[in-house]
Amino acid sequence: MRSILMVTVAAAALAMGATGSFAADKLKVGFVYVGPHNDGGFSERHDIGRQDVEKAFGDKVETNYVESVAEGPDAERVIERLARQGDKLIFTTSFGFMDATLNTAKRFPNVKFEHATGFKTAKNMGVYNARFYEGRYVAGVIAGKMTKTNVIGYLGSFPIPEVVQGIDAFTMGARSVNPNVKTKVVWVNTWFDPGKEADGAKALFDQGIDVLMQHTDSPAPLQVAAQRGGFGFGEANDMIKFAPKNQLSAVIDNWGPYYVKATQSVLDGTWKSEAVWGGFDSGMVQMAPFTNMPDDVAKVAQETVDKIKSHQLNPFAGPIKKQDGSVAVAEGQTLSDKDLTGLNWYVEGVEGDLPK
Amino acid sequence: MSVLSPVIAIVMTLILGAVLFTALGVNPAQALYVYFVEPVTQLWSLEELVVKAAPLALIAIGLALCYRANVWNIGAEGQFTAGAIFGSAIPILLPDWDSWMVLPLMLILGVIGGMLYAAIPAILKNRFGANEILTSLMLSYIALLVLDWLVRGPWRDPGSFNFPQSVTFSDAATLPLLVSDGRLHVGVLFAVLAALIAAIRLSFSVQGFAIEVAGNAPRAARFSGFSQKRITLSVFLISGGLAGLAGICEVSGVLNQLRPEISPGYGFAAIIVAFLGRLNPLAILLAALLLALSYIGGEGAQAELAVSSTVTRLFQGFLLLMILGCDTLIAYKIRLVTSRSHASGEAARG
Repeated sequence: MRSILMVTVAAAALAMGATGSFAADKLKVGFVYVGPHNDGGFSERHDIGRQDVEKAFGDKVETNYVESVAEGPDAERVIERLARQGDKLIFTTSFGFMDATLNTAKRFPNVKFEHATGFKTAKNMGVYNARFYEGRYVAGVIAGKMTKTNVIGYLGSFPIPEVVQGIDAFTMGARSVNPNVKTKVVWVNTWFDPGKEADGAKALFDQGIDVLMQHTDSPAPLQVAAQRGGFGFGEANDMIKFAPKNQLSAVIDNWGPYYVKATQSVLDGTWKSEAVWGGFDSGMVQMAPFTNMPDDVAKVAQETVDKIKSHQLNPFAGPIKKQDGSVAVAEGQTLSDKDLTGLNWYVEGVEGDLPK
Repeated sequence: MSVLSPVIAIVMTLILGAVLFTALGVNPAQALYVYFVEPVTQLWSLEELVVKAAPLALIAIGLALCYRANVWNIGAEGQFTAGAIFGSAIPILLPDWDSWMVLPLMLILGVIGGMLYAAIPAILKNRFGANEILTSLMLSYIALLVLDWLVRGPWRDPGSFNFPQSVTFSDAATLPLLVSDGRLHVGVLFAVLAALIAAIRLSFSVQGFAIEVAGNAPRAARFSGFSQKRITLSVFLISGGLAGLAGICEVSGVLNQLRPEISPGYGFAAIIVAFLGRLNPLAILLAALLLALSYIGGEGAQAELAVSSTVTRLFQGFLLLMILGCDTLIAYKIRLVTSRSHASGEAARG
């Protein structure tokens, strides 16, 4: 009975000519998000990038997306669906999609794949990421100026290199203007869980911090900062509406320019598999307006942005000391990208041990 | 009437769905086509349907045995994870061992892992009377955290730049594919096999009879000499073993490595599948396929019609609500009880 019904529906649908026909000459670009497209943070920034592609190319491209895709066995099916429905360029926007993207790329050699934040590439699969640590260094400079207790907090998601880069850059930024600052770290082992994130933030304020940097996606930690009368930074997105009096700035992911560039290169037939890692200079990382701080702090923050953008300043240039005081990077040296992508030690000023 | 129940439910879902999609400005015929028909018209999505349904069915068959015996195992997610961890020990700790024995050993270890993990709530219930709903559910979170610790710590691939994942399994540790392309692995056969065996044993064996009696009339079971404790332990072990098998099949056949997240909630979705299939092992196969269809159709609707994932999940909810609602409303009649009719009912009975 069940199947008869479905056949009837099918027939009705076919009769109405609903099988879907697409203009053949449009480039179809697909996106896979780990969260809802309007999550207010990480996935929303990718979706804004998708809209930038639509705006830039108009009728020449058509975009589609699947949201809230779990990292795991479902991801590969979703990516394959996009490839099969005719997408010629597919962005998979979470680290956990890496192997699923690679497997699909092997089976669809004529489709280009772009994976965010991973490290595995193939002939038709490139990776892209942003140097978020540049923004976190600037946030550190602000935190170092604003703290009264000289103890600042970092709410970590997972102890992976990207987050360790953030902790180290934030701490070095703060100590560049205030050598007495110490950073306390709490790990919550999630990217998005407002309840746990808020608990982690409360624990940090209980330990005496007054400025909080978060490396998780929801506005909950920032809201805790507001309740406690402290300061915080938005994550991925400008979250000023959640804490109008307590957000100092935010490290914004800005994927639009990169998505437009990649789409253009597929249209031109010049697309190549690359590993792209862009910072302030590429526009991939931006700071939200500097708010709730004295003008002189905002001025120093802006100068720091400009120096990093023009490559006068590299947050990971020596001398850098490890937590125990030993020299990690000598004066005149700079930590290489290869070392950064495997970073697993704290700089001087961070308290506690890195989970191994 | 109860035979017609799924049909009524599906018709009502289609009508509700049509209303929902029309309200959203999507052509309802096209939406329903993408949702229900398109996935079964293409070979690759048929394969994906089976791949998605297989772990759900394997787990749900075990859960059905538990629920029939009035034993509430809610922790299949943990047993699935335990099976995946036990079975993966071989390819992760002995990556170079290249022998035909690798796969059978992995599968056996997977089953043992699931059984051991399921034995904990069973023993806690039998020895201390601990509520198995709570213990099995909470043990699930422990298993997920153990997996998390393993792939971030001792079992992390040294070449993964500190990212949390194990090494990729060798070919010897990968379940072979049933067809040359795609992801249809031989593990799906276990689901069919398990359904057949469970159906036969339930109908024709003393053990199956004991489960039925224990669930429907515990006192009668005691008078017949069936030990409630033995039944509790055995259904927990069977369902744990099946969940563990599903876990190692998913890791070896689909993911090919251990990662922090290996299941999109199979252990919990399987509870729905078990009831959707009315705790009947063969019907559970169909129910698993139906649920898988609603997931895959939902992804199609997102990608092709640009409806949000919330809408596709809402629609999935309609489907489940209608099916379970029809079943209940056919078996029970709704009657508004006012104090007066209640009183007269009492009088009539007296």
